[in-house]
Amino acid sequence: MTRGAHGILAVGSFVPRSRLPCRLAQAANGWFAPSLNPGSDARRSFCDWDEDALTMAVEAGRACGLAPHATAVAAVELASTSLPFADRSNAGVVREALDLPAAAVEDKGGSLRAASTALVRALTQHGNGTLLIGSDCVDAKPASAQEMRFGHGAGAVLVGTGEPIASVAGTVSVHQDFVDHYRSTGERFEYALEPRWARDAGYRQQVLASVAEALNASGRQARDVSALAISAPGGLAGAVSRGLARALGVPAASGRLESEIGFCGAAQPLLALIEALEAAAAGDSILLVALGQGVDVLLLDVVCPPATASLKATMAVASEESNYTRYLALRGLLPLETGIRAERDKRTALSAFWREHETITAFKGGLCRACDTLQFPPARLCVSCGAADTQAPARLADRVGTVRSFTEDWLAYTPKPPLVFGNVGFGNGANVLMEFADVEPGQLKVGMPLAMRFRIKDVDERRRFRRYFWKPVPLGGDADA
Amino acid sequence: MPEGIRDKVVILGMGCSRFGERWESGPQDLMSEAFDEALADAGIGKERIDAAWLGVFFQEQSTGKSGLPLSQALRLPNVPVTRVENLCATGTEALRGAAYAVACGAADIALAMGVEKLKDTGFGGLPERTQGTVEDLWLPNGTAPGAFAQLASAYCAVHKRDMRDLKRAMAHISVKSHRNALDNPRAHLRREIGEDDVLQAPMVAYPLGVLDCCGVSDGAACAIVCTPALARRLGRREAVTIKALQLAPSNGVERGNDAWDGAHTLTTRIAAARAYREAGIEEPKKAIDFMEVHDCFSVTELILMEDLGLSAAGRAIDDVLDGRYDHDGAIPCQIDGGLKCFGHPIGASGLRMAYEIYLQLNGRAAARQLDGPSIGLAQNLGGVPNRNVASVAIYGRNALTR
Repeated sequence: MTRGAHGILAVGSFVPRSRLPCRLAQAANGWFAPSLNPGSDARRSFCDWDEDALTMAVEAGRACGLAPHATAVAAVELASTSLPFADRSNAGVVREALDLPAAAVEDKGGSLRAASTALVRALTQHGNGTLLIGSDCVDAKPASAQEMRFGHGAGAVLVGTGEPIASVAGTVSVHQDFVDHYRSTGERFEYALEPRWARDAGYRQQVLASVAEALNASGRQARDVSALAISAPGGLAGAVSRGLARALGVPAASGRLESEIGFCGAAQPLLALIEALEAAAAGDSILLVALGQGVDVLLLDVVCPPATASLKATMAVASEESNYTRYLALRGLLPLETGIRAERDKRTALSAFWREHETITAFKGGLCRACDTLQFPPARLCVSCGAADTQAPARLADRVGTVRSFTEDWLAYTPKPPLVFGNVGFGNGANVLMEFADVEPGQLKVGMPLAMRFRIKDVDERRRFRRYFWKPVPLGGDADA
Repeated sequence: MPEGIRDKVVILGMGCSRFGERWESGPQDLMSEAFDEALADAGIGKERIDAAWLGVFFQEQSTGKSGLPLSQALRLPNVPVTRVENLCATGTEALRGAAYAVACGAADIALAMGVEKLKDTGFGGLPERTQGTVEDLWLPNGTAPGAFAQLASAYCAVHKRDMRDLKRAMAHISVKSHRNALDNPRAHLRREIGEDDVLQAPMVAYPLGVLDCCGVSDGAACAIVCTPALARRLGRREAVTIKALQLAPSNGVERGNDAWDGAHTLTTRIAAARAYREAGIEEPKKAIDFMEVHDCFSVTELILMEDLGLSAAGRAIDDVLDGRYDHDGAIPCQIDGGLKCFGHPIGASGLRMAYEIYLQLNGRAAARQLDGPSIGLAQNLGGVPNRNVASVAIYGRNALTR
C-alpha cells in the first residue's frame, strides 16, 4: 500500500501541432456565412491525418511522466466523445502503448463531462491509482460556428495516493437532460441550438447553484477560491467564467485555451484544470466547472504545483496552417483524387497483429543478453551475435532516436505528401526504417535527434479499421517552422 | 570455397524482346519474342531443351504463378519448368537454375527465361503491393525510389560529400545511359538528355528526380545453355561461358543493426568477392572490361562502383565525373542503356544484362560494339538497400577445347 495523501499525483497534456487560424476559414467561407466572425488571432488545434483521440490520449498519458508511478496505475480510463472504436477497448490500446500491462481499462463517453465526472469519482472514491485521460477530436462542418470553436487535444490526470499536486476539497455532479446540442451515434457533426438559450435558460442557473452547493459542502467561502477553470460548450466558457468571477469576486479564467486551441470536447475540463494548476501556487484553491447536460464542480486545493508545465510546452509546439483546403483534406472533409496507387489494400491480418501486439503497440524490440545488441523487430536469433533465445523485450518508444538516412517520397501515397521516411538509430546497435511525422520538406538532416510519437500507421477505409505504430518527430525542434 | 561452375556452362543462344510500354503484348507474347530469337541463335529445335526455369517477380500482376505460363506460351514438350523469384535478381536466379542443371549433368540443354509485364497496372511506377502481414504493421509505405534515395543522404553523411556534387555525378550517370541507349533499337527510352535536364527534373524522392529513375517496362529475355562438350558437338569452337554466378541475400543486419552505414550495399560486396574468386579474378579493376549493373536509380549505380571494388570508398563521385564508366571510359557501364533506358522488366533484367554482355563478347553489338572485350560483369540488386538480394555474374569468351 502506497503511503501519503490522496489526490492528483501527476498531470500531462497533448495538443496536436497543427493550428487552423480562424481567419483562414473565414476568408474561405465568408462569402457563404458572412456572420462568422473569428475574432482577432484565434486559432484551432487540429489532428493531422495520422492523429486521433487515441493517439493524443497516449501522448497526454506519456506527458504525465508515468515512470515513477507505473506500478501504482491500477486503471486506465479514457474519456472521449470521438473514440475510433465502438467495440474494441480504446483505453486498452492506450494502456498497451503506455506499457502498463497490469492496469484495468475503461472507455468513458457519451458526454462532454465524461472526464470531469470520472475525475469526481476518482477523487472521492479513494481507490487505487487511476490514470484518467480525456481526449477528443471532433470535427466541424465547414462554415459552421463550431469550425471557429472546436479544437483537438488531450489531458491526463493520475489520481492516487502519494505526494499529490492537488487534493479535493469538495465536488458536485449534477446531470440534466438539457439538450443545447447533441451528436447522434455515427454522426460526424453536432446539431446545436442557439447558445443564448443555453446560457440564459440553462447553464447560468446550473452553475451558480452547483458552485454554491460545492462551497457549502466543503465549508469554504467564495473568497477561498483563487482561480477558475471552466469548460463549457457553445462558446460559453468566457460568459460562464465572467459570471462566476463577478459572483465570487475572483479573476476570470484566462481564456487562453479557447483562443489558442479551441474547445477540446471531453478533454477540455482536464485541460482547463491543468492550465490552472500550471499557473497556481501552493495553497491556492482552484474551482473547476465543467458543463454539458449538467455540471461537474470540483474545488481543488493545490499542494504542490506540477514541476513541468506540460500544457504550456505542448501548446508552444504549433504550426499554423496556411492552406484551408489542406486542412479540410487532412480532416477528411474534402475528398481529393488520390490516384490508383492509393488503392493498395490496407487490410490488417489481426492474428498476425495479436502475435506482434507488444512489438507494434508498445514498440518493443529485443535486447540480446549475450551481446547487448538491441534489435527491432525482436527475433529468435540475434542479428549481431546469432545467439538463440537471448532477447529480452526492450522498449524503443521512450528512447531518443537519430536520423541515419531519409528521403521525401513524392511518389508514395500518403494523405499528406511527401512521405518522409528513413533509417533511425536507437543506440545499442538498433536501426529501424520508420516514417517520420511533423516534418516539413527540407527540415530533416542526418544526425538529428528524434522523439517517438504514437500515430495512425494506416487507415483501412474499406473495413473501417485503423492500425497504429510509432513515428519519430524532431526532438524539441518542431515548433513553428 | 567450392570449385564452382567456371567455364562449365556455355551460352548457346540468347534472345531479348524489345523493352518498353508494350501495350500490344502480354507476357506470353514477350516470352515468345525472346525465345524465337534465342532458338534461332542456338540453332536447335525446342525439343532439345531438357528443362526450363522461369523468372517472374510480380506474378500476381499478369503472368501468374508456377512454371506453367512458360510451358504453355512456348508449347514446351512437358519438360520440367520451375518458376523462381528473387526480387530484381529474378532473371539471374533463373539463369542460375538452368546453369546448375547443366553443370551437374541433370540437363544437356536448359532454358532460362525472365519476363515481366508491368504496364497493366493503370498507373506509373512499380505496382503497389503489401509488404507481408507483419511488415505492413510497421514498415513505411515508401516506394522503390524512396528506399534507394536513402543511400544518398547516408552516403553524403558517411563520406562527408556535398549533396550537390553527388547530384551532379548522378546526373552524369543518367546522361551517359541515355546517350548509350540511342544506339540500342530495343531500348525503352531513346532520347538524349543533358545534365541540366536531370538536375531540374521533378522530384520523385529527394534527392532523386524523375530522370534519376529507370524505366518501368515490359519485356522478356532468355538464354539457352549447355555443356561445352555439347556446344562443341553442335559445331561451336568458341563460345561465351559463365565464369561466375553468385548470389548474396541480406540476413537482417542492414535492416536491424547500425553496423551497416546505409551508404553501401553489403550484399553486392559479398557476392562480388565470391564471384571474383569463382572466376579467378584477382584485380577486378583490370580484369573487367565492361559491365551492366543494377542502375534502378542513378545513385545505386554510383554506389555500386564502390561495392564492386572499382572505385575507392567515397570516391565514386569523382570517378563518375571523370568519365571512367562512360562508353569511352576505362570500364564502360550500361552500354545498352541499362535499366535506366533499356528498361527494367524486373524478371527479365538479369538476363537482359547477360544478353548485352553476350552480344558484346561475340562482337555482335552493332553500333554500340566495344573494342574486343573479353570479360563482362553483370550485377543485380533485388529489393531495397536495407534488405536485398545481390547477384554478380561474370561472363567471358573462350575457345572450346574439349
